[in-house]
Amino acid sequence: MQIQRDRERKELVVRTVVFTPFSIIVMVGGFLLLRNNPMSQILTTLFAIVWGTFSVLALFYSMNLIVQLFPTRKYNKIIPFVFVGPAILIIGWYLLIPTVRSLVLSFMNRNSTAFAGLENYKYIFTDSTMRTAFGNTVLWLLFGTAFAVFFGLLTALMAERSAIEKLGKTLVFLPMGISMVGAGVIWKFMYAYKPVGANQTGLLNALVVAFGGEPKSWLGTAPMNNFFLIIIFVWLQTGFSLVVLAAALKGVSEEIKEAARIDGAKEFTVLMKIVLPSIYGSIVTVSTTIMLAALKSFDIVYSMTNGLYGTEVLASQQYKQMFKFLDYGRGSAIAIIILLAVSPVIYYNLKEFNKREVF
Amino acid sequence: MRKFSKVMLFVLVLMLVMQGVWAQGTKETAAQDKTIRIFGAFRGEEAARFDEIIRIFNEKSGYNAVYEGSPEFETQILVQAEAGTPPDIAALPQPGIMHKFAQEGYIKPLSSRVIGMIDANYAPVWKDLGSYGGKTYGVFHRVNAKSFVWYPKKAFEAKGYKVPKTWDELRALQDQIVRDGGYPWSIGFESGNATGWVGTDWMEDVMLRTAGPEVYDQWVNHEIPFDHPAVKRALDYLGEIFLNPKYVYGGAPYILTTNFGDSVKPLFDKPTKVFMNRQGNFITGFMPQNIQDNLEEEVGVFPLPSIDEKWGTPILGGGDQFVVFNDKPGVQEFMEFLTTWESGAPWAQVGGALFPHKSQDFNDYGNSLEREIAKALVDATVFRFDASDLMPAEVGAGSFWTGMVEYVNGKDAKSVLSDIEKSWPR
Repeated sequence: MQIQRDRERKELVVRTVVFTPFSIIVMVGGFLLLRNNPMSQILTTLFAIVWGTFSVLALFYSMNLIVQLFPTRKYNKIIPFVFVGPAILIIGWYLLIPTVRSLVLSFMNRNSTAFAGLENYKYIFTDSTMRTAFGNTVLWLLFGTAFAVFFGLLTALMAERSAIEKLGKTLVFLPMGISMVGAGVIWKFMYAYKPVGANQTGLLNALVVAFGGEPKSWLGTAPMNNFFLIIIFVWLQTGFSLVVLAAALKGVSEEIKEAARIDGAKEFTVLMKIVLPSIYGSIVTVSTTIMLAALKSFDIVYSMTNGLYGTEVLASQQYKQMFKFLDYGRGSAIAIIILLAVSPVIYYNLKEFNKREVF
Repeated sequence: MRKFSKVMLFVLVLMLVMQGVWAQGTKETAAQDKTIRIFGAFRGEEAARFDEIIRIFNEKSGYNAVYEGSPEFETQILVQAEAGTPPDIAALPQPGIMHKFAQEGYIKPLSSRVIGMIDANYAPVWKDLGSYGGKTYGVFHRVNAKSFVWYPKKAFEAKGYKVPKTWDELRALQDQIVRDGGYPWSIGFESGNATGWVGTDWMEDVMLRTAGPEVYDQWVNHEIPFDHPAVKRALDYLGEIFLNPKYVYGGAPYILTTNFGDSVKPLFDKPTKVFMNRQGNFITGFMPQNIQDNLEEEVGVFPLPSIDEKWGTPILGGGDQFVVFNDKPGVQEFMEFLTTWESGAPWAQVGGALFPHKSQDFNDYGNSLEREIAKALVDATVFRFDASDLMPAEVGAGSFWTGMVEYVNGKDAKSVLSDIEKSWPR
């Protein structure tokens, strides 16, 4: 027994001693190689994929080997940190450091050369374009979320009772596969405007003209244009809420519903008193997830109106300040405001997420 | 587990070997790196024509210059410069960006040889536009001239219209066209995330004509506020056209939703309803193919008429300046090549480009329209660079564009101008 354990231990030590230096050389060497960028694009990509995958495997494998050299009790204590550690380090590097940096920059002047105090935040809350952006972001939050969840729920309820459940769900879910910018390009054709008398290439204006109306510039007139943009967002997000809510509906117990009906409850009462409360958790999770998307909404505005005609939102303003006007102070300050606005939603979302298994 | 570790070991050894081999290869390729990366904003047909120019250079010099265009150039070049991975040469549309890069030390001054070539072959204004802090960084190659009005020649002449020489004649012509049941202007502001620049171009042209070049320069440098009466006066001149739905085909909604390139197309609809489009020389490339094929018979052009005799008929223009990020072999040679007419002639022959080179042969231009415009550009007594490209980005690529859009959308002139004034960075 003792002999065998000794042999295993010896083998472990040998393996560690052979393997660990190899991994380190490969990891560092590959990094240095990529940094010098000597290969063509395709070779670099292939190398990066192979090297990256195996480096990660090698890293965990050799760290595990090293930790195995410790006695079992210590091993059990250390090993969780070994497995989670790299992930936390990488996330810290990519998320935490930039966040702290943005926070610092938001108190600096435009080139980040001097301290500017609260000047950037003062600008954010007093400038007229920024006020429009705040107002519109609230519109997006309220209406974008409300309509996406409402239509998702409605289609989920209807699909449950429909003969073409699968087809209907697929059709509603389909737009989820389209990127926001792609949707913007598609919807540009829906809203296209041509003067009176010319051939209307936009579907909406073609309909209006066919019924004897005058063509309108849908995206050019505030505040209605915000709603035309939000419609696109709703079109994209309804599929998501449909899928989650439809799954949740399947989980509602048939017996309770049956019992309520036997007790004389009308369908509407069953829906309000039994079905909706049962899927409450899913509704909250869907709402908060869509809310996050609405808060960050940038692509649709950017590709459709670029924030003109009073459609500016916070995210598009951030992009403009940062990359167009090169004002890192203001750009960072807006980013921090968005982060602050998102945080409670994320927190609540995670709490709900932990409490119930909604997805 | 044993098998797994053997496989891992094998792959790792393999990768070590590969790294060694590649590292060997690196040294050799680095020594004879002949590639020159050029990055700019223009794409499509324009990029294809520029590729032809590059080919001449490559054949002559043995280098391998490669051009790449991006619709997100303004953002990308900034990110690349700050990340330390810039191209070797970039074509910057805005002198303001060049100033920033020069300030930060991202771009390298031109060699004295290239500067000598610029002195010999360009009017002083181009050297000034390419200089910052006493050093010269930029070479202009293809430029554009914007103060021109295009019209469908046949329909225009059939109606008996005359080319206006003064603003009053232009006004008379506008009213005459309206009386005949047509629209004088087709105007389109839409241009993706640069929507509004057509409006600022109009504004600059009128500023030059009402206030003159000195006040124009003060306006550009913010020595007079943006809501100065002189600026307001220019905007009022524009309002007379922009805000009158009888003067502009489709009215304000059409202006705001029509792409600048598409706005020239209705001029060639049959029967003709719209007669004029004010745009730079590059607009010929957006005309319908059958019109482009018979440019000289189908299209007429005249400079936007003078408003105040004192200032004559100034020319507004713009252009990309090429700047050097990496002073590696071949780069200064390429810059030198750009200053010679050899780099312009083939493009002039195909059309769609103007050049400021003094040594150019006007006969090289493929059609009489561009020949006339090129002459007007080289001979212009007053030439000014696009103001919005000279102003800080917050204004020139931000509030000035949006301000023009809002003005057309019904906001009053006073608040438009005071909003732009407020946005000027302090």
